[in-house]
Amino acid sequence: MAHVEHDVISGQNTTGHEWDGIKELNTPLPKWWVYVFWACVIWAIGYWVAMPTWPTTSDYSRGMMGYSSRGDLANELELQKKARSQWMTKLEAASLQQIKDDKTLLNYAMAGGKIAFGENCSACHGSGGVGVAGAYPRLADDEWIWGGSLDDIHQTIQYGIRNENSESRQSEMLAFGTGDALDKTQVDQLADYVLSLSSKTPAAGSPGEAIFAERCTACHQEGGVGTKELGAPALNNSIWLFKGDKESAKQGIVNQVTKPRHGVMPAWAGRLDAATIKMLAVYVHSMGGGK
Amino acid sequence: MSIFKHHAKVETNVFFLAVGILLTVIVGGLVEVVPLFTIESTIEKVDGVRPYSPLEQAGRDIYVREGCYNCHSQMIRPFKDEVERYGHYSLAAESKYDHPFQWASKRTGPDLARVGGKYTNDWQVRHLMNPRDVVPESVMPGYPHLMRALDQSTIVGNLTTLRIVGVPYTDEQLKNAKAHLVEQATTTAGAESAIAKAYPKAVVGDFDGNPQVVSEMDALVAFLQVLGTMVDFTTVDHTKIQR
Repeated sequence: MAHVEHDVISGQNTTGHEWDGIKELNTPLPKWWVYVFWACVIWAIGYWVAMPTWPTTSDYSRGMMGYSSRGDLANELELQKKARSQWMTKLEAASLQQIKDDKTLLNYAMAGGKIAFGENCSACHGSGGVGVAGAYPRLADDEWIWGGSLDDIHQTIQYGIRNENSESRQSEMLAFGTGDALDKTQVDQLADYVLSLSSKTPAAGSPGEAIFAERCTACHQEGGVGTKELGAPALNNSIWLFKGDKESAKQGIVNQVTKPRHGVMPAWAGRLDAATIKMLAVYVHSMGGGK
Repeated sequence: MSIFKHHAKVETNVFFLAVGILLTVIVGGLVEVVPLFTIESTIEKVDGVRPYSPLEQAGRDIYVREGCYNCHSQMIRPFKDEVERYGHYSLAAESKYDHPFQWASKRTGPDLARVGGKYTNDWQVRHLMNPRDVVPESVMPGYPHLMRALDQSTIVGNLTTLRIVGVPYTDEQLKNAKAHLVEQATTTAGAESAIAKAYPKAVVGDFDGNPQVVSEMDALVAFLQVLGTMVDFTTVDHTKIQR
């Protein structure tokens, strides 16, 4: 069936096939293409020798160049660590106060702290530390539940709050609305008084004041100034974490007294290195009115 | 080179061509696929990787059902920028009990391979209910429907099936699957609970703020909280996992 013809115009033979009078030229591949093809084959053989390629029964050929993507990464990280070590070792050695006082070190810590905050902290505390109303405290103000000194902040970031870490900050507000602790009227009176604490005129002499003095001052102190060591927030100002908006403020207090909510924060000590945590502490301290 | 001149004979004969294609595919498969099952270095030898607890596995199924992998990868590649942001690069060993694995290939959202423990349960629930409540610029959809009760009827069957494909659940674990599932979402015993002992590093407790119902939210958050936490990298010999 194959009938090869010579085509005068192109100077090539046909393949010998014919479909409805259409014949196909059997033009050889361009020389450059053939050379590139064979060059690739030779390159592949070189690649087998140089790079990790061939599987063996229980292992694979490592290649003469000893390439390893994970090894490369380890080297890169080592180089990076060296490049940063000038600052990181200084940060590790310096106290938080020293970092704050040293202008160049502070500059570095602020830049590094900002990046680490964006990746690790802003999910809850918001970019710039604005916080989430009713859930996560605002860091860009001068109200601190567990203390706002450099050391307090550093401690909180390292070990977190009410988590599994043995060093984490722990405290639990008691539920006063259950059992025989406080009845409904008493809770109501107490909420009225606590609400008044944050105004300019606390309701002195009210029944709520007596209940507060008896039940709450152990942690929240007289006048509701709070105790940082226990994470008992100050009640004598208008910064509230779990209160809600103005209309539901009293209900928010009633809820907290009867069914307390407790904020939780993860520990970062295992996840971030010591220098990064210091940078974060300095950065967070700078956000608002760090004490 | 005369052998190359006769290739037309193979190419124009259906039988020889089919045999040739078959041989090529067989060789390709033998060289590229089979060794992955026999080479010992494919799966790194590290301690700590365990099968998912029933609640985590249920959460994993929800993760797949909701298509989380369409926007989130679970694969930290061995690149400097990824390791800096997400933590230690992912090991093959860490997804050896994943059927199917959730490495994924697209990151509209961040990688989740080491999201376990990074945020609190409370944050995860809030974020899943409406991501913009906590991350104003987020484009992730809300998943408030996950607050419905979890269908627990299939869990034993699921784990049994996984065992068939090689996940080493013990008879004990299969027998207690349902009890473990409920316990993980309700116990207050923490690390002392039976579930935490049967599945080390499992995060236990009420996740979604409703201890009465084991919800899909409980399951998904339990899964998210264990991601990337099983291997303790401070104990890993890095020369042994280098590839």
